[in-house]
Amino acid sequence: MSDAVVRLRGVDKVFGTGADKTPALQKIDLEIPKGAFVSLIGPSGCGKSTLLRLIGDLTQPSTGIVEVNGKTAHRARLDRDYGMVFQAPVLFDWRTVQGNVELPLEVSAKNGSARADRAKAMLALVELTGFERRYPWQLSGGMQQRVAIARALSIEPAILLMDEPFGALDEMTRERLNLELLRIWQQTGTTIVFVTHSIPEAVFLSTHVAVMSARPGRIIELIPVDLPQPRNDLTREDERYFGFITRVRERLRGHEMGRPGAAEVAAS
Amino acid sequence: MTRRIRYYVPAIAVFVGVLGLWELVVRAFGIQQFLLPPPSAITAAFVEHFDELMTVGGNTLFEAIGGLVIGGVAALVVAFATARWVTASRALLPFAIAANSVPIIAFAPIMNNWFGILNPLSKMMVVAVLVFFPIMINTLRGLTFVDQASLELMRSYAASELAIFAKVRIPNALPYIFTAVKVSATLSLIGAIVAEYFGGSRSVLGQFIITEAAFFRFANAWAAIVVASAVSIAFFLIIVAIERVAIPWHASARIAESS
Repeated sequence: MSDAVVRLRGVDKVFGTGADKTPALQKIDLEIPKGAFVSLIGPSGCGKSTLLRLIGDLTQPSTGIVEVNGKTAHRARLDRDYGMVFQAPVLFDWRTVQGNVELPLEVSAKNGSARADRAKAMLALVELTGFERRYPWQLSGGMQQRVAIARALSIEPAILLMDEPFGALDEMTRERLNLELLRIWQQTGTTIVFVTHSIPEAVFLSTHVAVMSARPGRIIELIPVDLPQPRNDLTREDERYFGFITRVRERLRGHEMGRPGAAEVAAS
Repeated sequence: MTRRIRYYVPAIAVFVGVLGLWELVVRAFGIQQFLLPPPSAITAAFVEHFDELMTVGGNTLFEAIGGLVIGGVAALVVAFATARWVTASRALLPFAIAANSVPIIAFAPIMNNWFGILNPLSKMMVVAVLVFFPIMINTLRGLTFVDQASLELMRSYAASELAIFAKVRIPNALPYIFTAVKVSATLSLIGAIVAEYFGGSRSVLGQFIITEAAFFRFANAWAAIVVASAVSIAFFLIIVAIERVAIPWHASARIAESS
């Protein structure tokens, strides 16, 4: 694939040294086409967050190559190709909502008025117009996470990296934000890599689901999810939607049963 | 407003109650004035010596503020300079914590020797050394104990160390700095008065208390103690007020706002 935004080849990641050596990721090969929405799913501790951090150059591979936009991941980070959203919103209490969204623009030395306009546009995109002058601690958890998304998108990143962004939210808020995220994805055309431990969420959102094995994490299968776009509440009632959920679930479970000892690792 | 008043009623009641009981006990048991003068005698002494008390109180406050400024600025400079280099601050912190446990007030005669016994600077330097360590340690903590995710976020934007310092570390340190300065405000008055006991200008609270006590004018000494306490509390409250304005986003200010 020539239009791959992210390309990983033979990536291993080992934590620690000597006797404490723990292999976290093994022989990861992955290509993510431009505009795709790829979910990473697997048992806890399988290294899906580590894989995301490798793509974002927040940690480096032990062996193998990570390329983003045809550059090294490091170069891509310096070029500000990334938008990051974590499980916690990580907003700064001392900045207003507007100030938080402007933060990455300030760091990349965008000038004042363009910065304010861009932040306002991003807040409109996540439907938080009117909350510019509030402080993060005056907002609900779901609203805080929307601010974090607006902030990540403010620098027009080539790729949006999301690490269980809705993991701490209640089911209702999560479903609403899923729909909002899909709308934002379609409006911006940004490539998204999304870590989750929810199978329905992965299937609902993604164009591809990467199913990972327990530690050391490997990609068992990259399942293309060709449910019709744009997706909406009806998608959740589609028979094929349930078909994909079953398929992902069987792939996760089948792999654990196929490898003696793997289930215990996953449970721990 | 009425809610505000009602909030303070119990504290005022306790204050008045304790004073009343004090007066009552002193009179009922015929306690001698030199052991414990009653509040009425202290009040009378306060009124009689009001002008002199204000002068000596002002002089002591001047020493305390001067010392706090000298020590505080030095502490901030050292903390900011070393926080940039993790190894330097790690090497420094244990010594700072150890030095913080040293009874600095023992240096008062040395300071008198170095800066001149009649020079207010000798008292300021005692205060400066006294407040230096708490402010430096807290500032260093605030600059270095930063949420890991915040740092990763900044790194994902390829932010420079300078940008991380200005946009994350300094705002993160402000609540720590204010906490240290609040403690140091009280500490600075203790330091100034105790340093005055070691000799120097006569027109200060410490010397006033010593002189009056030596002449068995204990009501006057107590009046000076009341002034010292009032100055100390006022100093603390002024810094609390500055804190509320400077960092309204901090949790302590938020709670106060909602109550």
